[in-house]
Amino acid sequence: MPVAKVNGVETEFEPGMTVLQVAEKAGHEIPRFCYHERLSIAGNCRMCLVEVKPGPPKPQASCALPAAEGQEIFTDTPMVKKAREGVMEFLLINHPLDCPICDQGGECDLQDQAMAYGRDGSRYAENKRAVEEKNMGPTVKTFMTRCIQCTRCVRFITEVAGVPDIGMISRGESAEITTYLEKNIDSELSGNVNDLCPVGALTHRPWQYHYRPWELRKTESIDVMDALGSNVRVDARGAEVMRVLPRVHEGINEEWLSDISRYAVDGLQRQRLDRPYVRENGKLRAASWEEALGVVAAKLTAAKPEKIGVIAGDLQDAESMKAALDLFRALGSANTDCRQDGSALGHGPREGWLFNSGLQGIENADAVLIVGANPRTEAPLLNARLRKAWLTGEMEVGVIGEQVNLTFTHSWLGAGSKTLAKLPKAAMEFLTKAERPAIIVGSGALTGETGPAVLNALGALAKKVGVVADGWNGFNVLHSAASRVGGLDMGFVPGEGGLSAVEMAKKGALDVLFLLGADEIDASASKAFKVYLGSHGDRGAHGADVILPGAAYTEKPGLYVNTEGRVQMAERAVFPKGQAKEDWAILRALSALVGQTLPYDTIDALRSKLMADHPTFGRIDYRPPAASFDVASLGKKGDLGDTAFQSAVRDPYLNNPIARASVTMAELSALRTAPVAMAAE
Amino acid sequence: MVGILEDKDRIFTNLYGLQDWGLEGAKKRGAWNATKDMLDLGRDWIIANVKNSGLRGRGGAGFSTGLKWSFMPKELKDRPHYLVINADESEPGTAKDREIMRHDPQLLIEGCLIASFAMQAHACYIYLRGEYVLERERMEAAVKQAYDAKLIGKNNVHGWDFDVYIHHGAGAYICGEETALLESLEGKKGQPRLKPPFPAGAGLYGCPTTVNNVESIAVVGTILRRGAEWFAGFGRPNNTGTKLMTISGHVNRPCNVEEAMSIPLRQLLEEHCGGVRGGWDNLKAVIPGGSSVPLITREMSETALMDFDSLRDMRSGLGTAAVIVMDQSTDLVKAIARISYFYKHESCGQCTPCREGTGWMWRVLERMAIGEADPSEIDLLLDVAGQVEGHTICALGDAAAWPVQGLIRHFRHEIEERIATYRSRRANFAGHAIAAE
Repeated sequence: MPVAKVNGVETEFEPGMTVLQVAEKAGHEIPRFCYHERLSIAGNCRMCLVEVKPGPPKPQASCALPAAEGQEIFTDTPMVKKAREGVMEFLLINHPLDCPICDQGGECDLQDQAMAYGRDGSRYAENKRAVEEKNMGPTVKTFMTRCIQCTRCVRFITEVAGVPDIGMISRGESAEITTYLEKNIDSELSGNVNDLCPVGALTHRPWQYHYRPWELRKTESIDVMDALGSNVRVDARGAEVMRVLPRVHEGINEEWLSDISRYAVDGLQRQRLDRPYVRENGKLRAASWEEALGVVAAKLTAAKPEKIGVIAGDLQDAESMKAALDLFRALGSANTDCRQDGSALGHGPREGWLFNSGLQGIENADAVLIVGANPRTEAPLLNARLRKAWLTGEMEVGVIGEQVNLTFTHSWLGAGSKTLAKLPKAAMEFLTKAERPAIIVGSGALTGETGPAVLNALGALAKKVGVVADGWNGFNVLHSAASRVGGLDMGFVPGEGGLSAVEMAKKGALDVLFLLGADEIDASASKAFKVYLGSHGDRGAHGADVILPGAAYTEKPGLYVNTEGRVQMAERAVFPKGQAKEDWAILRALSALVGQTLPYDTIDALRSKLMADHPTFGRIDYRPPAASFDVASLGKKGDLGDTAFQSAVRDPYLNNPIARASVTMAELSALRTAPVAMAAE
Repeated sequence: MVGILEDKDRIFTNLYGLQDWGLEGAKKRGAWNATKDMLDLGRDWIIANVKNSGLRGRGGAGFSTGLKWSFMPKELKDRPHYLVINADESEPGTAKDREIMRHDPQLLIEGCLIASFAMQAHACYIYLRGEYVLERERMEAAVKQAYDAKLIGKNNVHGWDFDVYIHHGAGAYICGEETALLESLEGKKGQPRLKPPFPAGAGLYGCPTTVNNVESIAVVGTILRRGAEWFAGFGRPNNTGTKLMTISGHVNRPCNVEEAMSIPLRQLLEEHCGGVRGGWDNLKAVIPGGSSVPLITREMSETALMDFDSLRDMRSGLGTAAVIVMDQSTDLVKAIARISYFYKHESCGQCTPCREGTGWMWRVLERMAIGEADPSEIDLLLDVAGQVEGHTICALGDAAAWPVQGLIRHFRHEIEERIATYRSRRANFAGHAIAAE
């Protein structure tokens, strides 16, 4: 490895590293504003100036300068110090210095670096520049006078999010960051610009003036709004979750987060079930835990085992599903299902329902066929990854399903199963000639009567074109529910002779239907006695006869398995609302009342049981390496019919009970369906 | 004889447009003569001769043209090579390329062909300043004539397929910076790129590119025809050749003239321009190389030679050799404030020191021009100029800082007097105790 000297100390570095990276490697902090590891290099803030020998007798921008063998880098000479002071002064002359009323205050790069590298006072006696506020939509609050024109937001939106909605207009002092025509940022990743902004120019609009960063208690958690399991940090004050921010996980979300994962948290304060309810004469009335659980236990024990069933919802943690599964199996029921959408997955080898290439691994694919999924709405961060790979020019993408704008060029091959039955020649070619082809199938293609046949056809195709080969498994199922893989892994599917979720919801199928946070299935036709255990007064609670208030994902410790089969652990950030309890504990209490006491009293004991029964849960943050499996055995051979595939997520902003209770999500959804007309129109 | 250069040694023999600018006229004056023979001698011969002639870039930076050409990849690989002509002549005071394009366009086109052949480029873009409308029409007509005569284009008489495209800019000074020019040419916002990579490695559309000034290219044909030694015979070592000089301001006859390098500034002004208005003693200061270089005083002008090294030794520069003469009637502070406004207006806004510093300097200077400032602000201004200089992506930051530094270096007393005068007329200003206190 080549060697450079940083402040006199020899440092080895990898070829291709910049001077800034080498200096950081040697342990010297280089201040910067515009430079960001995951964005292109702009080199415009000039904060990272260092002295380099050999080189011109002036400081160099270290972020853009390639390191070279034998180079001498100085980060603390008088020249460097003076240069930093100068740049810092320039940045501050037109900055309003309104830190006391700025949301960024306390976590502001400009504040921190002004303290560390700036001069003590201002020498600027002229009037400061003021810049008009811009409208960037419901997620981004602008205060453009604070802007230092680092263009991080411009680069993120154009490069990562892939929409040309933010740019810099005018020049010199008059340069402004804007959305050109005061339009909303048409991206589901827009909130990330607020994280990226090193000053308070772009801040989180939904949380504007809600908190100061030092008041917040920070808890590491896992996002449940989609099936990627993005790593998040939940910031709470008292009993209230104030915000959710991304944590870095290279394998999943890098350091981004989608808008729904980030801004749906205000839904955690609304429509909450904070006490048990029992329906009496057609109306729900508040009840005590003893009474509510007693009613449920009586109904469960009175009904025949084959006439009771449980459906698990999309946001459930693995522990509560395990407890529900154990309870209903103990009661002798085979009617258990976690697939509210009626998907055909869940049988055969585990690889049959995983995103086998991994979210990071999909970047290595050179041909991707997307079937019945819209990654942009179902998993925005996966879409960003696909775009990233596409930008390198090494990946071709074909789509069977809806015609949508994925932010990158792809060929649309057809609408649905008919295309799959007879794949166009061009489509076959681009898959067969690829070295690492991949198929991404969304749950939208696998539901309904033709689901098993579609799965089978895809398996056959995968086998034919070499999607599953030695060291490469490109058969990828993109789930849209955070709980789904965990449910399938533990066998939360109908047992021998059991009914599926769709069958359970039919009229007369059951006497008692237990909805474990299941809000996405329409059970209104069922005349069964319905018990709803969940956190929000949403669809499931509306028709329920007994409501058992549970905990939302921020209010309980839990295991979640993401779409690539990675088990992740979330911590509890706040306590459940009011009288609500953690879901598994409610089920444990109920089990005692029905005389089938579950063999665990603590969550640790429950986890031990879960891991003993299903060893895949035993390894946290572990993704199995690509394994070959008989992909052609998936599903059931049958008539593919002629159905157009639809994405499983109809409106990404209203996809679960938390989002449906969120004001911000409602705004985003309204803009999505009916964009605001512009004045000139 | 007036000046040093004799008529027989002039390259731009139609500089004043007294003769036919068209192809026929140009051919009579020697353009396109023996071009094929030059190409037949090979690209190494061409580059060696341009190097030996000592030609330094005429756009202002003064980098050896032959050396610049030799930075291009030797072999044509997967990417095409490009030659880009910087005709975005916007430096205040400068009007030399304009005359070439108006009156001797064929010399430029011939030079483009030779340079492109030397660098294995099949396409050349001429980026014209937005305000140059007549020049664009002339260049387009001249290019058409050259195409019609099969001098350039596919299957031309020179045996090197070669296309010339005229691109008309939109009137931004920053697009005269070579990488901003490339951005603009690609259809993007004209903002300088980070270097490295240099254009010779990744320029226009990411392909190896050389950007040259109009004059640098237009002289190449004649240099090769008459020999590198002939060109190198003018001026001092390292500052050879002939140079178009634009003299404006307080002289009796402002003019454009082709002269030998290293001509004494005083001789240039007196013999070609009829002297300074009101006599040499009436001279106050000279900006010798376009608005971006620091001014020099009358005393310095006595001994200054019009070349890169002499003026650099005086902490100024030859720049584009656009001499701006200012006599005793000039309000220098106001003049530099106006130049400062120009740079503030033309800053692209990409990098911090230039975006924020140019406006700061201009505002302070505007106040100083009327005396409404504190004497300590002179040092502040100098410090701010120093904080801009050398800290920016492109040279515009330097260009904005140098005039201010020049002013303070040589005419600090004038600013101090201005402030003192302003204060003497007012009882109430910062620092003075007011009676009521």
